[in-house]
Amino acid sequence: MKIPIIVDGQMVQVDQGAPIIDAAKKAGIFIPTLCYHESLKPYGSCRLCMVEVVQNKQRRLVTSCNFPAEGGMEVFTNTDKVRQIRRMVVELLLARCPDVPLLKTMARQMGIKSSRFKKREANECILCGLCVRFCEEVVGVCAIGLANRGIEREVATPFKVASDVCIGCGSCTYICPTGCIEMVPDEKTPRLRIMKMGNHPLSPCPNDYQCENCSIEQEFLKDIKDVIVEFRRSYRNSER
Amino acid sequence: MDFQEVDRTLEKYDHKHSAIISILQDVQGIENYLSEETLRYISERLELSLTRIFDIATFYKAFSLVPRGRHTIKACCGTACHLGGAVRNLDQIERILHVKEGETTDDRMFSLETVNCLGACALAPVIVVDDDYYDGVTPGKIEKILSAYRTESER
Repeated sequence: MKIPIIVDGQMVQVDQGAPIIDAAKKAGIFIPTLCYHESLKPYGSCRLCMVEVVQNKQRRLVTSCNFPAEGGMEVFTNTDKVRQIRRMVVELLLARCPDVPLLKTMARQMGIKSSRFKKREANECILCGLCVRFCEEVVGVCAIGLANRGIEREVATPFKVASDVCIGCGSCTYICPTGCIEMVPDEKTPRLRIMKMGNHPLSPCPNDYQCENCSIEQEFLKDIKDVIVEFRRSYRNSER
Repeated sequence: MDFQEVDRTLEKYDHKHSAIISILQDVQGIENYLSEETLRYISERLELSLTRIFDIATFYKAFSLVPRGRHTIKACCGTACHLGGAVRNLDQIERILHVKEGETTDDRMFSLETVNCLGACALAPVIVVDDDYYDGVTPGKIEKILSAYRTESER
């Protein structure tokens, strides 16, 4: 059922229960996100997509990626409060990973010169969970997951040993917004690659990266195919 | 590890994914910790991804992935206990057992943990060994409390 909602003064028709971010997209309004991806279930961990919602005369802040739209709802995506929250989120993330280009660009756009918070040791993972969810929902192998909690929370393979289910597809490398998951050639066997994330080696591809002949690859999104092909080409070039 | 008991636990919870925390609690009750082998077995039987189980097992402080001692000592370091001298007590336990907080003695007899409050602030400072509460603990009393558990286990 289609329902009308108002986003920044524009009337938009959306499905009942669809996330607010979809309505904003329809209205042509950009909402910054880090943990949102259209092919995955909403997660709401980055808190960048905060918007103000007025419903039943109540005004509150919600994450637009997982808040369902309802009739009679009015959404404001660019109020002072919203901007302030986004600035704070980016500033905190910048303290965690000061060298990530994406966050630097975001900070510049929001007018943040440097983070006021104490910088931690070099860490590029923002724990958005995109790689974990992609591995589970799209690839369907669940090779990597989140572990521990609080300041020790990290992306890791079970028991932090080389995964026995990883197919070496490289999706996590592709989807990571900060580029902290890398694929590096294995030093001992140069034909195979190992994916390094923090210090957790993942298994190399069992099919020697012959993606065209692999049944797993057929189910992938098209853009990921392109990335894998690109990766293989650059790898072959470097080998020569 | 005897997997029959794990099977019984899984049966008890009807192999429900939503009961994973209860399952892990019950399974931990068997050996006092969760071994890698056990988690892999549960993952296989429940058809739940190992990453998910590992996430839960590492998230909650109640679960331990390393072997624990036969007796667990919980030293309360909450506000009331702290004022009552909980730090001195903790130091004394560490001296007697030669372990630091969060570790297990070499003979697998005691595991030492700190907790932030046990809800018994009127009895501060409190130490809990297994399920027994000891109130008004002073460094002098600790040797006596712990030796009771040593002799009990020897019998």
